[in-house]
Amino acid sequence: MAAMAIRNSASRGTMMSRQIWGLRSMSSWWKNVEPAPKDPILGVTEAFLADPSPDKVNVGVGAYRDDNGKPVVLECVREAERRIAGTSFMEYLPMGGSVKMVDETLKLAYGDNSEFIKDKKIAAVQSLSGTGACRLFADFQKRFRPDSQIYIPVPTWSNHHNIWRDAQVTQKTYHYYHPETKGLDFSGLMDDVKNAPEGSFFLLHACAHNPTGVDPTEEQWREISQLFKAKNHFAFFDMAYQGFASGDPARDAKSIRIFLEDGHHIGISQSYAKNMGLYGQRVGCLSVLCEDEKQAVTVKSQLQQLARPMYSNPPLHGAQIVSTILGDPALKGLWLKEVKVMADRIIGMRTALRESLEKLGSPLSWEHVTKQIGMFCYSGMTPEQVDRLTSEYHIYMTRNGRISMAGVTTGNVGYLANAIHEVTKSS
Amino acid sequence: MDSVFSNVDRAPEDPILGVTVAYNNDPSPAKLNLGVGAYRTEEGKPLVLDVVRRAEQQLVNDPSRVKEYIPIAGLADFNKLSAKLILGADSPAIQESRVATIQCLSGTGSLRVGAEFLKKHYHQCVIFIPKPTWGNHPKVFNLAGLSVEYYRYYDPATRGLDFQGLLEDLGAAPSGAIVLLHACAHNPTGVDPTSEQWEKIRQLIRSKSLLPFFDSAYQGFASGSLDTDAHSVRTFVADGGECLIAQSYAKNMGLYGERVGALSIVCKSADVASKVESQVKLVVRPMYSSPPIHGASIVATILKSSDMYNDWTIELKGMADRIISMRQQLFEALQAKGTPGDWSHIIKQIGMFTFTGLNKEQVAFMTKEYHIYMTSDGRISMAGLSTKTVPHLVDAIHAAVTRVV
Repeated sequence: MAAMAIRNSASRGTMMSRQIWGLRSMSSWWKNVEPAPKDPILGVTEAFLADPSPDKVNVGVGAYRDDNGKPVVLECVREAERRIAGTSFMEYLPMGGSVKMVDETLKLAYGDNSEFIKDKKIAAVQSLSGTGACRLFADFQKRFRPDSQIYIPVPTWSNHHNIWRDAQVTQKTYHYYHPETKGLDFSGLMDDVKNAPEGSFFLLHACAHNPTGVDPTEEQWREISQLFKAKNHFAFFDMAYQGFASGDPARDAKSIRIFLEDGHHIGISQSYAKNMGLYGQRVGCLSVLCEDEKQAVTVKSQLQQLARPMYSNPPLHGAQIVSTILGDPALKGLWLKEVKVMADRIIGMRTALRESLEKLGSPLSWEHVTKQIGMFCYSGMTPEQVDRLTSEYHIYMTRNGRISMAGVTTGNVGYLANAIHEVTKSS
Repeated sequence: MDSVFSNVDRAPEDPILGVTVAYNNDPSPAKLNLGVGAYRTEEGKPLVLDVVRRAEQQLVNDPSRVKEYIPIAGLADFNKLSAKLILGADSPAIQESRVATIQCLSGTGSLRVGAEFLKKHYHQCVIFIPKPTWGNHPKVFNLAGLSVEYYRYYDPATRGLDFQGLLEDLGAAPSGAIVLLHACAHNPTGVDPTSEQWEKIRQLIRSKSLLPFFDSAYQGFASGSLDTDAHSVRTFVADGGECLIAQSYAKNMGLYGERVGALSIVCKSADVASKVESQVKLVVRPMYSSPPIHGASIVATILKSSDMYNDWTIELKGMADRIISMRQQLFEALQAKGTPGDWSHIIKQIGMFTFTGLNKEQVAFMTKEYHIYMTSDGRISMAGLSTKTVPHLVDAIHAAVTRVV
């Protein structure tokens, strides 16, 4: 390194006499740094992009695709962007983000006429999509309830574990997915909720559980809520798919509404990545329902204290898109229509995939494909079967057998069904 | 049901951002906001650069643009162009692929991600920061798990650099300690080392194997020249050693709210840089998964077009020149009024801020009696001044200095 540097400077004709202190320490500070493992989810798309096969199918990352397999920018978003471009300043938002955007976002989760909004009992800040909301909450939990742990369902979005780990909050798990039925392990879940120490913190997927697509029924949610009450547990909802699951945002928020009715003071992470297609804009909201307005102001001030040394204030553009759309009844109406189109297409693909597999004479049951809800289908395939799908058929998905239904199209569903049939027919 | 957070106390207002909150609440027509460091025009209005508007239009008119997640490390072309901007297009570090660059959320985000990386992978957990420094610096490093020590920087007696103190304190730092350096236009003092002083600092840092972490929030904004303002960083990189650099486009491209910045880690080899980048991604993923697309797209659009780049440098120089002119006007007006004291530091200091030397009581007096808003450390944002408002500020300073001690 040293010799090269001297040669280079000589050849540039700049033999400055200078102390070459830096070259004394010959080795890097970072030579002990190991290459990090690829992210299990995002690494899938990287591998897909690198594959030259014309047959390749990406059912890995949970980003919506239209029936041609193309990413979609919603019409309401394009219109909002046209209105924003050239008109606004790019000043800093407050640490808590766009008040307008947060207000509209709370209505989606808590209800348009929520008394909690009216009474200003909700501490809420704009966040960096769902990830950012979960992380802010985890940091907040660590700071103010340092002895608490977080109960996380098995399985869950892999990044949940990273988030609470980096926030240094102890993690525990609770039963959720039942491999035999490919549905909910309700009694296992209730047992774990009952056996957790009083006042434990639980992470719940509000709807369209990621990665399984398995949601409790309304009746089950009511029972869970009652048990939470008895145990004084804290419910933190990650709602990344409102509107995207059933096509109806109010229906998808049912679990949250049940808990609110039952008097819980919950926390919610909301994301516009999927339901508004704003993935790369990183727009979301963290809210914590408090006892009263004073406490809400207090909690918000502390959330801001956590945001300030992380990124100071959240990005403007995505928030402007959201408030432009939700603040205009016509655009909001258009959005609701477009969300339903996306949800319906996915529901249609679930039916198509299941029927294709059944037509192929698969010995297995594929009922779960249509019973599960949201973007993902937990197929039940093993990592080895997934590896075969990739190496033999150029089909990309995460090794837990999770299929992103958003990546399935009328054009590839036959190919996908056939490949799945081939790798599973002897199991 | 009782809240599980009923033990939470109300946090104090952020000292810097709280100034604007107080300003907004003041009904007086004479009020002047010299608090937060955001550029204002002669008319006191925020400014979106023309070249930014053009980039914006280009983006919105391009139907092929999508809103997908960008990679965890951000947009590749943005990263490459940002590294070139701070290090120089001919930097050997770039040519040798020794620089890991990750798009982050402006300067704050770049500092935080860099600090978290250091906490996990670097053998030293202490960072030395100048006294004084931007109020958010200690919080960023503390929350990342680093411990913070101070090195002398500002000399109130001269209102300039305490160079001896700086050398002594860095000289006494443990080997390998991290050192935060403001690349140019020190915030809040506006006091920068000369190039001779930078050279001595560099030698000392390298001789003690200290790790430099540059905060570059004002490149181009300080002197009006992007290259001049990058000089300190480039001399460090030229010696072949390693360093971290946090870049922000908030001020120099006026992209404040879009949160655009980059963290660059200059390493000894390409292999190390690649591994380092992979580890930085593990810091980012549980924080916000991937950075926001919009601001970085604007920056990349501008930097990759030679026309837009040139137009940007002209607008940037325009902003820097207006600030330099405000310094001159304020200084001359104070001279003309005969305000007691030596005010030459106003034209010696550089960048957006002037550390006036006014104390807390004088600041409070100026806010109460003259509706002038600034941080209590006496820092004023020159960007918030205009030819029209200089007289009002001069009156206020004069009154404060003569009536409040």
